[in-house]
Amino acid sequence: MKETSPLNLYKFLPQTNCGDCGEQTCMAFAAGLIARIRKIEECKPLFDEKNQKKYGKKLDQLKTVIAPEVALVYVGAGDQQLKVGGEDVMYRHQMTFFNKPPFAYDVTDAMSEADLVERVKLIDTWKKFYIGNWETVEMVAVRSVTGDASKFAACVKKVMENTEKPLILCSFDPKVLKAGLEVSAAKRPLIYAATKENWKEVAQLAFDYKVPVTLSAPFDLDGLKGMAQTFAEMGIKDLVLDPGTAPNGEKLQESLQNFIKLRRAAVEEGQKDFNYPVIALPINAWLTTKDPVRGAYWESVLAATFVIRGADIMIRHSMEPHSVMPDMHLRFNIYTDPRTPVQVKPGLYKVGNPTDDSPVFLTTNFALTYYTVESDLGSNNIDSYLLAVNTDGIGVQAAVAGGQITPSKIKDAFAEAGMDFEKTSHKSFILPGMAAKFSGELDDLYGYKVKALVGPEDSGRIPGWMEKQWPPKK
Amino acid sequence: MGEKINISDLNKQLAEMDVKSLEGVTIEGDIELEIETGAGGAGPLFAYYFGEEVAKVAVQLVNMAKAFGYPVESLLQPVAVAQAISPAPPELAAAAAAVPAFKIPDTLASTKFSVGTDKTWKTQIQEVQLGATKAEGGSRGKVIKIGGEKAMPFFFDAAMPNRPVVTIDVFDMPIGMAKAVKMHYEDVMNDPADWAKKAVKEFKADMVTAHLISTDPLIKDTSAKEAVKVVEDVLQAVDVPIVIGGSGNPEKDVEVLSKACEVAQGERALIASASLNLDWEAIGKACVATDNVCLAWTQLEINSQKELNRKLIKVAGVPRESIVMDPTTAALAYGMDFAYTNMERIRLAGLKGDEELNFPMSSGTTNAWGVREAWMINSPNKNDSPWGDRMLRGPIWEILTGFSLAMAGVDIFMMMNPISVAYLQEITQSLMGLVKAETPDTTNWISMEV
Repeated sequence: MKETSPLNLYKFLPQTNCGDCGEQTCMAFAAGLIARIRKIEECKPLFDEKNQKKYGKKLDQLKTVIAPEVALVYVGAGDQQLKVGGEDVMYRHQMTFFNKPPFAYDVTDAMSEADLVERVKLIDTWKKFYIGNWETVEMVAVRSVTGDASKFAACVKKVMENTEKPLILCSFDPKVLKAGLEVSAAKRPLIYAATKENWKEVAQLAFDYKVPVTLSAPFDLDGLKGMAQTFAEMGIKDLVLDPGTAPNGEKLQESLQNFIKLRRAAVEEGQKDFNYPVIALPINAWLTTKDPVRGAYWESVLAATFVIRGADIMIRHSMEPHSVMPDMHLRFNIYTDPRTPVQVKPGLYKVGNPTDDSPVFLTTNFALTYYTVESDLGSNNIDSYLLAVNTDGIGVQAAVAGGQITPSKIKDAFAEAGMDFEKTSHKSFILPGMAAKFSGELDDLYGYKVKALVGPEDSGRIPGWMEKQWPPKK
Repeated sequence: MGEKINISDLNKQLAEMDVKSLEGVTIEGDIELEIETGAGGAGPLFAYYFGEEVAKVAVQLVNMAKAFGYPVESLLQPVAVAQAISPAPPELAAAAAAVPAFKIPDTLASTKFSVGTDKTWKTQIQEVQLGATKAEGGSRGKVIKIGGEKAMPFFFDAAMPNRPVVTIDVFDMPIGMAKAVKMHYEDVMNDPADWAKKAVKEFKADMVTAHLISTDPLIKDTSAKEAVKVVEDVLQAVDVPIVIGGSGNPEKDVEVLSKACEVAQGERALIASASLNLDWEAIGKACVATDNVCLAWTQLEINSQKELNRKLIKVAGVPRESIVMDPTTAALAYGMDFAYTNMERIRLAGLKGDEELNFPMSSGTTNAWGVREAWMINSPNKNDSPWGDRMLRGPIWEILTGFSLAMAGVDIFMMMNPISVAYLQEITQSLMGLVKAETPDTTNWISMEV
């Protein structure tokens, strides 16, 4: 959507201020649509069949106006369904990027059953805690290495027995794809790929099985556009574009430029006939090396390139922690909504089931800091209290330097939260190591009735600190 | 007749059938219909086509019954027949016409794709030379140019005139480092000159940074006069351009960096740094007086960056070609989104004509080593999947922190791990088309064995 004025969406709404959507007025709902925090489906009167005559035309117009600049394609079914594409801006600060590109990790039909199941389980269960959430892998890409249709179908079936995650079926052979679809079409996998050679058969498959399809024309944007146009004319519009991901050399430069061109054409130039989501293949790093570290690093670097500039979905290989972890965080950072401050509500929180003997920690209300400390306490079963001091969402180190956290602010925050140190057996709290210099002044402020202990500089070291320093010596 | 037939088949059969051959044929049981509605559900258009199909069959059956001489008409209300074969309602007919039945054309459409350049990028980023040769008043064997861009990094709108460069950190005393970094410098930790040589010769640093951290009153409080000897040593040891850094103490840095400017007279060293928290005017003027380049450091705030740049230019008199910005590097997973977007906005503003922001940018990429994922042995969170070998995690953390910011517009990276330096150089130069290599057939990924 290019529209930025709620007024221009308001004219397509019922304008009755019925309040069904939870907003007081239709204008407020229109503003919510502009901010992408409301969905048109939440305007019930607009979708009510009885109102078809009255609002049908408005609804159609509204749908056109609010459609994302990069088309949105759904992959997968049910709870696990993923949104692919749907982006509206070129640079994240212009609003936000909406749908982080799903990472599909590969398995192959040449793997032994034991290896296959083990890898699918690894993909399925991988997780890492970050800023109050668990990051996980979204998809599995099944590659046809043998070229044998029945082996492929058996592999797809085995994968589905071990994960609910949506699939990408990967082969250039329509017979192989068909065999895979026979067992998985109900889960709406993405198929990869139609090419300039096999497109007729693959189009038939996409039509017969009603699944989204990737169009592949490496390093040929004219040809890719021709394919997209032909598929759209056939009525197949759940498309993903593969403009080619070269892992090295000058073609790598061309690859990035092509991704940038496609995103610009869709978002900045509004080329509606060629605005489908784009797939990147960082897995191609492995075409250049067999070295496990080199491969994983280069794959990560390629993934970063295309997460930042223009990929809407990608196929990956390395499940090594030194590849998955940094890429997950990078994607999280790039897709974080810059409009929402990453803060938690200031106040006193309980971790586990604290008693009067439990330690009292404090940190800032910067969400990253808060959740990191909370998870370090919680996952190590340290029952405790944790005060989030309002620093306007700035981390400890910067807040100490910038004056957003001071000894008197800490004392006020404890007072506001109703913390009664008299009740505790230890009459103390634990300062972050980064704020160690406040301890003397805090002792003065509390008249030496409450002790400010100095904790470690990284909350990951709290368990070790507890062993040595807790409970405090009288 | 044991096998199932669908209505379409029946319709076809009946239409083509010679009546005589019907003798002895019986149609037993119900005709089974299996309707696959697909993801879209049975919409009105489907209902219409389905109705039409059934009606055609009905007509055939009626004709057949007639052929046998059965008085069919008496069973049918004429009205019902008329309705069954009447045209679809106009809106349905229009929709039907708009969506033709699925048909695969013979050939792919032939078409051209084109996309324009960004016409709002009118202003070039200032080009800044670091280092000066003997002829230019310095003593460097090599000089480096950064900046000069006319487009966002690696965009096709305009080629980048200068590649991003790396300066490796050298400290004037041994300091604590992550294990994956320390292993590369243990042998030179006590000698900044050897450290600098190793960084350039072995690790291919474009530049080195002499950090005078021992001057911090809380560390060793080395005097400015004593500390700048390290600068002289480093200038002797290597012939690449250098960066000179203080300790971060706002009072002491003014004195230390001013003195450092004097010993680096004419070298076009990058002086790190002037900020709004200290006497930026003194540092700016010291740079001007000694022909060095001033690094303008602000903390993740575009307006402060504008303010500092403006003051350095207008009050301290620093020439435009002697300013580089450090808008602060928050590392991957530790607020990188803020650093990335701040830098991207600064670069875009510069390209669009904000002459208080169109300067090259520097990143303190070593901040990546402060992130727990870069150095901790195991996750403190017991429910995390295993974190693997930290010796492998650390370098990629530094690579991705730097590279992400390269995409936002950074021109010079302050780094430590030599592996990270090599990867950052390789990817940024690849994206500029400077790395020639045979690209494998990318369609082979599906069947490759890894």
